[in-house]
Amino acid sequence: MTGREVVLARLRAALAGAPPAVPEPGPAPRDRGDRPPGHPDLLDRLAGRLTDYRAEVHRVAGAGVAEAVAGILAAAGARTVVVPAGLPAQWRPGAVEVLVDDGLPATRLARLDAVVTAAAVAVAETGTIILDAGADQGRRAISLLPDLHVCVVHPEQVVAGVPEALARLTPDRPLTWISGPSATSDIELNRVEGVHGPRRLHVVLTDG
Amino acid sequence: MSGRGGAGRTTFLGMPATAPPGVGNLRGTEPFPAAARRALGDAQLRRNLRHATGTIRAKSAAVIDEVPDWPQLRAAGRAIKADTMARLPELLEQLEAAVTAAGGTVHWATDAVEANRIVTELVQATGADRVMKVKSMATQEIGLNEALEAAGIEPVETDLAELIVQLGDDRPSHILVPAIHRNRAEIREIFLRAMPGVDPALTDEPAVLAAAARRHLRETFLATRVAVSGANFAVAETGTLAVVESEGNGRMCLTLPETLITVMGIEKVIPRWADLGVFLQLLPRASTGERMNPYTSLWTGVTPGDGPQQVHLVLLDNGRSAVLADEVGRQALHCIRCSACLNVCPVYERTGGHAYGSVYPGPIGAVLSPQLTGVADNASLPYASSLCGACYDACPVMIDIPSILVHLRAQAPHPRTEAAAMAAAAYTMDHPALYAAAQRAAGLGRLAGRALPPPLNGWTASRDMPAAPPQTFRQWWAEHRSGS
Repeated sequence: MTGREVVLARLRAALAGAPPAVPEPGPAPRDRGDRPPGHPDLLDRLAGRLTDYRAEVHRVAGAGVAEAVAGILAAAGARTVVVPAGLPAQWRPGAVEVLVDDGLPATRLARLDAVVTAAAVAVAETGTIILDAGADQGRRAISLLPDLHVCVVHPEQVVAGVPEALARLTPDRPLTWISGPSATSDIELNRVEGVHGPRRLHVVLTDG
Repeated sequence: MSGRGGAGRTTFLGMPATAPPGVGNLRGTEPFPAAARRALGDAQLRRNLRHATGTIRAKSAAVIDEVPDWPQLRAAGRAIKADTMARLPELLEQLEAAVTAAGGTVHWATDAVEANRIVTELVQATGADRVMKVKSMATQEIGLNEALEAAGIEPVETDLAELIVQLGDDRPSHILVPAIHRNRAEIREIFLRAMPGVDPALTDEPAVLAAAARRHLRETFLATRVAVSGANFAVAETGTLAVVESEGNGRMCLTLPETLITVMGIEKVIPRWADLGVFLQLLPRASTGERMNPYTSLWTGVTPGDGPQQVHLVLLDNGRSAVLADEVGRQALHCIRCSACLNVCPVYERTGGHAYGSVYPGPIGAVLSPQLTGVADNASLPYASSLCGACYDACPVMIDIPSILVHLRAQAPHPRTEAAAMAAAAYTMDHPALYAAAQRAAGLGRLAGRALPPPLNGWTASRDMPAAPPQTFRQWWAEHRSGS
């Protein structure tokens, strides 16, 4: 018998006597879709929860993204920035060296100061932004290695809770859920920001 | 007997089997009471544990309070897990088909020996002599690091707490925070002693210690071609694997290498994509006390041009089939490794994790380890509990740990003196005259002090013998009834 056949035969034998009773799940968990995506309450909640976990939130008009991004990079002293190929051209910062990712090696990405991406979905209740490797977000590596991540989020991308987010996402893309900057609770269970991922996360939240 | 015994077990192919001895980290070297006694004498350990578990309990309670439908979420988690166990073979086959269709390769490991062999051979096939690891209970359980080292492959733990344990030549003592028994001053000393190139001016500020780990591992992340991870969840219908983490070491290991090998206990499968919506709400709040952990990675097979292009999944039994065969104990397989039960347990808070011997400590370890190995090999663990029930209340998937503990105590070997005493008590209680005489004799026991004589003195070594009342209820009733 192969390992596969042995394991499956064991499990079938284990269940043969008395299969587990499956309890009724009870009343369904609360529907979090009580506020439609992009509702002002959700945007406020997202901003509050991101700030609570040490991300910095910049709320701007839709036309103000480029200015906000440039301001964040300048304030951080970032001089080299990677962007995904599909990032809207008008968001690209002007006063710094911009590299458009075309498969840059990891060692090169690790020497860059910052990355600017869009997002796929954001979850208000948990303060989470989700990247799905779309053209305006790029490969997973580019939002991982630079120390500063600037992420632009639009109101219609902001949903109430985790179930609503999953319903909008597709499993055939690699997904990265980000809730604040890199952190650890491994020393005396106190949360400390800044380990291996980007130590600074700035979210630019537009109004439309 | 097939596979439920200790020494001398015989295993029939295809029948549920416990984890083999001599490999992995499910069995301690001494019984819980002996190990616990030594741990209780360590005042520093008790201070560290009290501080850490107190911190996490407060954080977790605060974020759980924010969720008005927490009870419904727990019930949903329990129902999904029970449904999973009832359909485990077909769900694993569905998972295998989905992962394979997405470009991954699925391997089946009957036990720790097989899993270690499969992973070692996969690493050897790449020609690499070093792997980087994301924190994983399954690979701790099977002793993968020891097996890789024996084959000349260096495993590098990248989770901060695992790194502290590895550099300190120590053992993990908590599911979520393996170095919970170390405080900041001890961690600083370990780094100064064992971390190559560390700044000698290192302070014990947690942020400074975390920064030292960042510098130490950066080159490893960029240069290592093979990573080994566990998985928190695997979605059968889509073939998607999930790793929930905080530091970004998981993202590094899941994104940068050429080859990714994931070792996963077979009970981690969940049926549907939407089921993630329940568990991704339950796990962070119960575990680290956060609304959401900083990073969650989900991947489905291979994505061309993004991340590892060689993706393997090793499905591990190693005793889980034996747990599934036990109608009462099988709900231990519902565990999502949040460690909430450790953090609320009065026994764990005082003894720490090492006393349990197994990599799975605390209340869930006390029910899982004996079932994975057979109760005879971990016979003291079902007693490592006061049965207070705090673990059941805290469990985000409602595992009834106290009931499993009692169930396993009945399976553990019992001393013959206990059986004789119980038989004598049963006979006495069946005979009213004998019972009355025994009660009068117990009253005389007031003169004997608070400890029992041998061979029963073990019972009073850690507790006082309750003083018998001057008058039995029967005597009181006889007096008062005649007086009314």
